[in-house]
Amino acid sequence: VNAFLNRHARVLIPTVALVVLLGTFLSIHPRGASTYVLTIWANQGTLLGLAAIAQFFVVLVRGVDLSVGSVVALTNVVASYLLIGSTGEIAFGIIAVLAIGMLCGFINGAAVVYGRIQPIVATLASGSVFSGIALLLRPTPGGSVDEALSDALTYDIGGVPTSAILLVIVLFLVALPLRKSRLGLSMYAVGSAEPAAYMTGIRVNAVKLSAYTAGGFFGAMTGLAVSMVTLTGDAAVGPSYTLNSIAAVVLGGVALSGGVGGPLGAVIGALVLKTVSSLIFFSGLPPLAQPFFEGAILAAAIGLGAMSVFRVSSKLDLFGR
Amino acid sequence: MTRIETKDRPRRHPILSRIDGSVALVAVGCVLLVLGGALIYPSFLTANYLLQQLQMAAFLGVIATGAMLVILLGEIDLSVPWTITGTAIVATQIAGHPDPFVASLAIPLGLATGAVIGLVNGLGVALFRIPAMVWTLAVNAMLLGVAVFYTGGFKPQGVVPPLASTAALGRTLGIPNAFLVWLAIGLLTIWMLKRTVFGSYIYAMGNSQRALFMAGARVRRVTVATFMIAGMLSSLGALLLTGYANQAYQGMGDPYLMPVIAAVVIGGTSILGGSGSYLGTAAGAIFITLLSSILSVLQMQDAVRQIIFGLIIAGMLLVHRFQRKGQ
Repeated sequence: VNAFLNRHARVLIPTVALVVLLGTFLSIHPRGASTYVLTIWANQGTLLGLAAIAQFFVVLVRGVDLSVGSVVALTNVVASYLLIGSTGEIAFGIIAVLAIGMLCGFINGAAVVYGRIQPIVATLASGSVFSGIALLLRPTPGGSVDEALSDALTYDIGGVPTSAILLVIVLFLVALPLRKSRLGLSMYAVGSAEPAAYMTGIRVNAVKLSAYTAGGFFGAMTGLAVSMVTLTGDAAVGPSYTLNSIAAVVLGGVALSGGVGGPLGAVIGALVLKTVSSLIFFSGLPPLAQPFFEGAILAAAIGLGAMSVFRVSSKLDLFGR
Repeated sequence: MTRIETKDRPRRHPILSRIDGSVALVAVGCVLLVLGGALIYPSFLTANYLLQQLQMAAFLGVIATGAMLVILLGEIDLSVPWTITGTAIVATQIAGHPDPFVASLAIPLGLATGAVIGLVNGLGVALFRIPAMVWTLAVNAMLLGVAVFYTGGFKPQGVVPPLASTAALGRTLGIPNAFLVWLAIGLLTIWMLKRTVFGSYIYAMGNSQRALFMAGARVRRVTVATFMIAGMLSSLGALLLTGYANQAYQGMGDPYLMPVIAAVVIGGTSILGGSGSYLGTAAGAIFITLLSSILSVLQMQDAVRQIIFGLIIAGMLLVHRFQRKGQ
C-alpha cells in the first residue's frame, strides 16, 4: 500500500483535496448535492479541465503555452458563426473549429521546433495574434449556437451531468494512448530527457509538433465547450484560461520541467481550482474579500505541492540545472 | 555545447564588434519605425515627438529593468501588473494623509511595497522551490484580492505625490525627467551587472544554479535579493505612471505585463536566463513604445494592433535565432 501511495502521490494529494473541497461546497450550498448544483459545477469544471489538458500536452514536452486562452477565444468566436443551422452544417462547424485549434497548436509547435524560439515567448507572440484575429471576427460578444446541441451537452443524463460523463470519456481517450502508444510514450521521453530521446531514435521534432497540435485541439475543445455553456462568441473569454490552466496542471502534479504527470492530474487540478472559487462564492465571506481568499488558497495549494523540498537528502537537489 | 571559435574570422571594427548583434538589430528596427512613421506623419521626426516617446519608453524601461534581472536568473515575475497597481494605491493613499510628515513618506513606502512583494516572490521561489511562473501568478492574484478588498472595487481616492508628478511630467533642460530617471537606473544596472560580484552571480545563476551553489555562493539570497530589486523597480515605474496619469486606478498595471516581457526578449535576453545585455532591454523598451505609438497614430483597431504586435515580436525573435546560427 505504501508503495502505491508513493507512486501515485502526485495525483492522490490533489484528489483528496478535491474530495474535501467538493464535500464542503456541497454541504454549504443552499441546494446541497442536487443534480442542479452538480451540473453547474461539472459544466464549469469541464471548461477549465479541457483547457488544463491543452496545457498538459505542451507542458509534457517541456514547454508552456501562453496562448491557450487565445485559442479558446478564437475557437469560441468561430464556433459562434458555424455551430448553427442544419445537422450537417453543425457537424462541419465542429470539425472546422477543431481544425482551427489544431492549426493554432501546430503553428506554436512549428515556431518552437523549427523557429527554435523558446515556448514561453513563442506562444506569447502567437497568442497575441490569435486573440487579435478573434477580436477582429467579433469586436463585441454575439452570435448564436444551436440550442438543442447545447442543451444536450450541458444538462444531465439520469441525474449525472452530461459534461462530467463527456469529460471522463475524453480522459480515457487521452490517458490510455498516452501510456500505451508509441507516440504517447515518446512525449514522456522527450519531456524527461530530450537528448536521450533523440539518441534512442525518437523523432523529437515530430513528437513535439504532435504535442503542440494536441494542445491546440484541446484548446478548440475548450472553445466549443465555452460556446455550449454561454451560447455566444466572446473574444475576451481568453486570459483567465491561460493562467488558470497553468495553475491547474501544477496543482495536479504535472511538473513544469516536463515529462512528469498525467491528464487525470491536470483535470483534477482544474476541478480543485473551480471548486475553490465556487466554495468561496457560497462561503458567506464578504464579496470584496473573496478575490483575496481565492488567491491565497491558490498560493497555499501550490505551496503544499512544494513540500517535497523538506524531504531532499542533498542540498544540491534543491537547485535545478 | 561548446563552439570552437574560428581564428581567421574577418576582423571587425573594435567598437562595432563589442555591440551585440541583437542590440544593433533592435536599434535598426527603432530607426525604421521612426522613418516609417515620418513617411506617414512628418511630425514624427521632430525633437518634441521623439522626446515624448523617450518619456513613454522610460515607464516601460524602468519596469523592464526589473523584469530583465529576474529573467537573467532564469525565473520570471508575473506579479508585475498588481505590483504596479498596488504601489500606485499605497502611494496615493499615503500622500493624501492629513499629517504632512506621513504624506512625505509616500514615495519611500511605495518603493517598500515593491520590495515586500519581491520578498514574498523571492522566498516562494528560493526557499520553497515553487516554479516562479505559478508562484508569482498566485502572488499577483492575492495582490489583486487585497487591492479589491481595500478599495471596495472603486477607483481609489487619494493624492498623487508631487515628486512623482515632477518626475513623470517635468522636464530638465528640455529633457523629460522620466527619461533621466530611467537613464540613472540604467547606468546603475549596467554597473551592477558588469562590475559587481552580485551582477556576476545573477548571470551565473541563469547558467547553472548548481555550479554556483557548489562554488559557495549563497544562491537563495541572490534569488531573493534579485526579486526584491525587481519589485522595487516595478514600484518605481508605478510611481512614474501614477504621476503621469495623475491618479491611481484599478488594473492600471494590467497592460504592462506582456510589453515588459516582450521588451526584454526582443532585446536579446534569453528567457532561459544567463545571457542578455541591458542595452538590448533598453532598445527593446524604446522599440515597443515606438511600435505602439505608431499603431495608435495610424488609428488601427485594437485587434489589428494585437496581430501586428505578435507578428513583429515573433519576427524579431526569428531573426535573432538566425543571427546566432550564423555565428
